[in-house]
Amino acid sequence: MNQAAAERGRRLAEDARAGGRRSLARLLTEIENRTRAAEAALRVLYPLAGSAHLVGVTGAPGAGKSTLVASLVTAARAAGRPVAVLAIDPSSPITGGAILGDRVRMQQHASDPDVFIRSMASRGHVGGLATSTVAAAAALDACGFPLLFIETVGTGQSEVEIASIADTTLVVQSPEMGDEVQAIKAGLLEVADIVAVNKGDRPGADLTASHLRAMLTVGAQHDRAAGDRPRPRRPEVLLVSGLTGTGVPELLAALDRRDPAAADGRGSDRTRRTRHDRAEAQLAGILAERLRDRLRDPSHRSETDAAVDAVATHAEDPYTAADRLLASLFSRDG
Amino acid sequence: MSDRPIKVLIAKPGLDGHDRGAKVLARGLRDEGFEVVYTGLRQTPDMIASAALQEDVDVVGLSILSGAHLTLLPRITRLLREQGMADVLVTAGGIIPDEDIPVLEAAGVSAVFGPGTSIGEVAAYLRTHVAPRET
Repeated sequence: MNQAAAERGRRLAEDARAGGRRSLARLLTEIENRTRAAEAALRVLYPLAGSAHLVGVTGAPGAGKSTLVASLVTAARAAGRPVAVLAIDPSSPITGGAILGDRVRMQQHASDPDVFIRSMASRGHVGGLATSTVAAAAALDACGFPLLFIETVGTGQSEVEIASIADTTLVVQSPEMGDEVQAIKAGLLEVADIVAVNKGDRPGADLTASHLRAMLTVGAQHDRAAGDRPRPRRPEVLLVSGLTGTGVPELLAALDRRDPAAADGRGSDRTRRTRHDRAEAQLAGILAERLRDRLRDPSHRSETDAAVDAVATHAEDPYTAADRLLASLFSRDG
Repeated sequence: MSDRPIKVLIAKPGLDGHDRGAKVLARGLRDEGFEVVYTGLRQTPDMIASAALQEDVDVVGLSILSGAHLTLLPRITRLLREQGMADVLVTAGGIIPDEDIPVLEAAGVSAVFGPGTSIGEVAAYLRTHVAPRET
């Protein structure tokens, strides 16, 4: 059974690499469901990925992320570049259901064979992404999409996970963001490489952009004196309209300047660090998952259940229980 | 995993602007635990078929109130078949005269849900009729 699944995964990977869109779509489903087939496929695809520019797009619900992404796709397609989009929307914590509505704004690209748009439900993952987002991005990367937009769920002030998985983080801000104090709060704006003030056609949008510019760049001088202290990013602030397309080619050019593959390699140290962090988080996630599976395995089940009971009744502290389970796993398997 | 949510595309082919039903159904199916991709108004058969392919959905639900169902729906089922998605369940809802239902069924639409259908009925139908996938 496992053998058959692995074989199916490899076939999907090969066919998706050769341009089979149906296979690519099926593969993404396997990845979302975290199946054996997906794992086999990623073993093939992962070494072939790593050259795409992963652009994270985040911002509050209704800021215009999807519309702006659609507009960026239009600009990239005007230059003949293939583009993929992963659009994440929240799953209901109650029923597990989801409305994946980002596509509504992007349907003008539906029939373009060089655009691939995929919606993903967050399925219980918090932080604005889905558990399988990084793996899905690697698959699209390996299947010939050099530019990939990852649109997060609508975020609040502190869902900054996207910045640790994307090469470049674009924060979309709507003009009604509040005053300068909002711009100096910690969180989302700190992890932006570029802030796009969207809905630039609305009155007051230019004022928002200049407030943000003033507040976000104010610490630059202080940074230089700070030595090795961790510093927030100093994002470029651009005024755009996803709806009319005004400013979008300029935004795409600003993103392209941050493409790790670009010649001038601006921020390439940061990119290397980001990719390192991404790999670390990915590995940690897979290790945790594998560990969980092993502990649920029939051979360890009773021991695991006993530990859970002991912690639940406060008979044992969770640290001691965890150490004991780990030691038992290693002594039995090693 | 057998407990993965069923993924449904809700689309409105053609030119009518009556999307309340589609939105109510999308919302209702969300509450029933489905993952619902909503593509909005005025979709061509080609846009719907491409979206179904890229999203790898189990079900395509088409809401149509314009009277153009005999033209548009068979075109969508044909495009789905041509791209290897004959196993995807296609259902329709909206204003569709009874005498047209057999024609649509012959074209590959597996069920037509008229006005007054409850969301529970639709959800139960989908749960029973979506083909299980290989694992």
